[in-house]
Amino acid sequence: MLELRNLSKTYKTGDKALNDVTLDVPGGQVLALIGPSGAGKSTLIRCINRLVEPTGGSVVLDGTDVTRLGSSGLRRMRRRMGMIFQEYALVERLTVMENVLSGRLGYVGFWRSWARKYPQADVDEAYRLLDRVGLLAMADKRADELSGGQRQRVGIARALIQNPALLLVDEPTASLDPKTSRQIMRLICELCRERDLAAIINIHDVKLAQMFVQRVIGLTKGVVQFDGPPEGLSEDVLTRIYGEEDWKETIAKDDGGEEAA
Amino acid sequence: MPQVLTGDGTKIWMLRDRKAQFTRWAAWMVGAIIFLWCWKQISDATTWFFVWDAPRIAGDIGGRAMPPRWEYIDKLWKPLWDTLNIATLGTFFALIMAVPVAFLAAKNTTPSALFIRPVALFIIVASRSINSLIWALLLVAILGPGIFAGMVAIAIRSVGFCAKLLYEAIEEIDLKQVEAITATGASRWQVMAYGIVPQILPAFAGIAVFRWDINIRESTVLGLVGAGGIGLQLKGSLDTLAWPQVSLIILVIFGTVIVSEWVSARVRGAII
Amino acid sequence: MSAPVEERILLDDLVGKGWRKPPFIKRGWLRWGLILGGLVYLVVALASMDVNWTRVYEGLDRGWQFVLAFTNPDFTSRAADIKEGMIESIIMSIAATVVGIALSIPVALGAARNIAPLPVYLVCRGIVAMSRALNEIIVAILLVAIFGFGPLAGFITLSFASIGFLAKLLAEDIEDLDRSQAEAVKATGASWMQWINYGVQPQVMPRLIGLSIYRLDINFRESAILGLVGAGGIGATLNTAFDRYEFDTAAAILLLIIVIVMALEYISGIVRGWVQ
Repeated sequence: MLELRNLSKTYKTGDKALNDVTLDVPGGQVLALIGPSGAGKSTLIRCINRLVEPTGGSVVLDGTDVTRLGSSGLRRMRRRMGMIFQEYALVERLTVMENVLSGRLGYVGFWRSWARKYPQADVDEAYRLLDRVGLLAMADKRADELSGGQRQRVGIARALIQNPALLLVDEPTASLDPKTSRQIMRLICELCRERDLAAIINIHDVKLAQMFVQRVIGLTKGVVQFDGPPEGLSEDVLTRIYGEEDWKETIAKDDGGEEAA
Repeated sequence: MPQVLTGDGTKIWMLRDRKAQFTRWAAWMVGAIIFLWCWKQISDATTWFFVWDAPRIAGDIGGRAMPPRWEYIDKLWKPLWDTLNIATLGTFFALIMAVPVAFLAAKNTTPSALFIRPVALFIIVASRSINSLIWALLLVAILGPGIFAGMVAIAIRSVGFCAKLLYEAIEEIDLKQVEAITATGASRWQVMAYGIVPQILPAFAGIAVFRWDINIRESTVLGLVGAGGIGLQLKGSLDTLAWPQVSLIILVIFGTVIVSEWVSARVRGAII
Repeated sequence: MSAPVEERILLDDLVGKGWRKPPFIKRGWLRWGLILGGLVYLVVALASMDVNWTRVYEGLDRGWQFVLAFTNPDFTSRAADIKEGMIESIIMSIAATVVGIALSIPVALGAARNIAPLPVYLVCRGIVAMSRALNEIIVAILLVAIFGFGPLAGFITLSFASIGFLAKLLAEDIEDLDRSQAEAVKATGASWMQWINYGVQPQVMPRLIGLSIYRLDINFRESAILGLVGAGGIGATLNTAFDRYEFDTAAAILLLIIVIVMALEYISGIVRGWVQ
């Protein structure tokens, strides 16, 4: 469904963030992108919806080359790609409901969105999603009144109300405590299964990734170093991705983890 | 740590080494010379005979100004109302003009950093550099005397001030929120309405109230050049040497300024 | 994870219902009262404006001439007046800033609640309030009446205004300075002067320098109007130029003011970067 072909990004400073990345993501697959800081994980995700302009290669979603779209075509394409952010990136001074509804901005005209007059179907869907993520009672609270985990749930609802085919998830758990992190990861993966969504999840925490996803991509200095199932992350592979370190603890699967959460 | 050898060879600690010490000393020296020269110029342009006479004159004026002519206040209500209108409407129109200028001047929202931003910045500097009284002087010459000229003067002077503070607020917004809205497929205007406007709204309200307070002060004196408000009465009383009226007007202005400061502090407290 | 149940909000109750953004002011009567009051005020105030549109229409032509004058400013025909006035303005601003700083420091120390005893505090706050509430031009009028025409009245006006401005901001700064640093100095057994010098001054100094340059900038801008009431500076020349409709000379003066203000802002940017 999503194909990246020789995707490259060189920043103006000369840093090569991505180097010829080629990748196929079939529909409904949840995939984790791991790698050290500065490996180009964020850049890769942002090149897919062109928040960062790629300098070479192509991104093809369901047969359309995203890199060649004009601005209105790009906006239509972005509606199909929901994005979830590291520090939630909610509009802090708007209410939870407005934040969720802002996911429909690509579908409604400017004046309707300005007057907050969304179609009834959107409002209903927003209520359903807030109920699904367990925040229905918070609908009219301001976003900055919520806790970190709650904010990320709003972020998830905002991404899902776009009715996307693909989720781009950028470090969803980096600012959360371990327990909330697992809950958020589980929620994302459950929702992907329910709605048959593909997802690319940037994540620092290798253990957490292994726990939830079907496929892992290891990125180092903008180059794909590993592509395979989570069980394939051997000590040797982790050394290739992250560099020399004692990896025994990390790959030892802790089966009790999920129940404990 | 800079250390210095004294004559008998022992090291002592000093805050700065010799060179830094000398530079500082020279800077103070130059500053002092500039100040003394400025003072001499002022002194040369002053008729000192009048200055020595000043305490007597001040006492004389003070004696004549007291007590203020209280019944004159009946004639001050209308000018006071005009003054309030000049300040409020001036602020209102200034804000309407300042918003687009600020968006054109902010690095992250300007359509063209090369052509449009310098123009917006020039508008801001030109408006800010020139005092509202000078704008009033100019507008009285162009539009004729009256409160309309005063209001336009206040508006023009305030555009630069408000736009400057606003564009600094726009440049400091959290870009992640903007990015998130962009990623939903929102159009340029929607990104502005959802990603940027909510973030700068508190700053905008604060700036509006702050500038309104300043404008009340400034509009009290615009009448001196014929631009309406209570300053007109002040000028009339000064020209006829009606000191009891002058003292009353100054008291009224003083009171107005204090009330406006109190109001603006309350409103700012309620908003933020 | 199940939905929080304390408030018992059920999805079925909400689906199908419309949604409206909760209003900023929750009390309905207050919200509508404010909106209505605002509109009524706007209408009444605009109606009381009483604009003479024919006069404005005639004036547009003069306005256009003034705009044109900016493309062709006349620096030469009154060069001597402009030069003299400008120098006087600059001299007044510099001298008043220096004196303003010197006098504002003791006032600021007195107006900081954590340093000064209550009676001193009240007196100093009174000075600050007085200086801030009285418009420069009114002070200048009174001082011209007392001291006679000339830059001395302007200089005193600007000094007085600078005291209020600097002392207020400085006092606020002193009030929220880092207590632990100041206490550490006090604990060494320093005298009051030593305590100010070592515990307070280093923390406040960078801000004082920044503020001083900002005040120099303000003083220069203000000095341009003091001439209107005879208190020296470029304002007198400017006033004459407007009175005689010599827009090209006026444009030249305004351009000079803008350039000097820009230069001062540029310098203050450099100095602030250099201090911190």
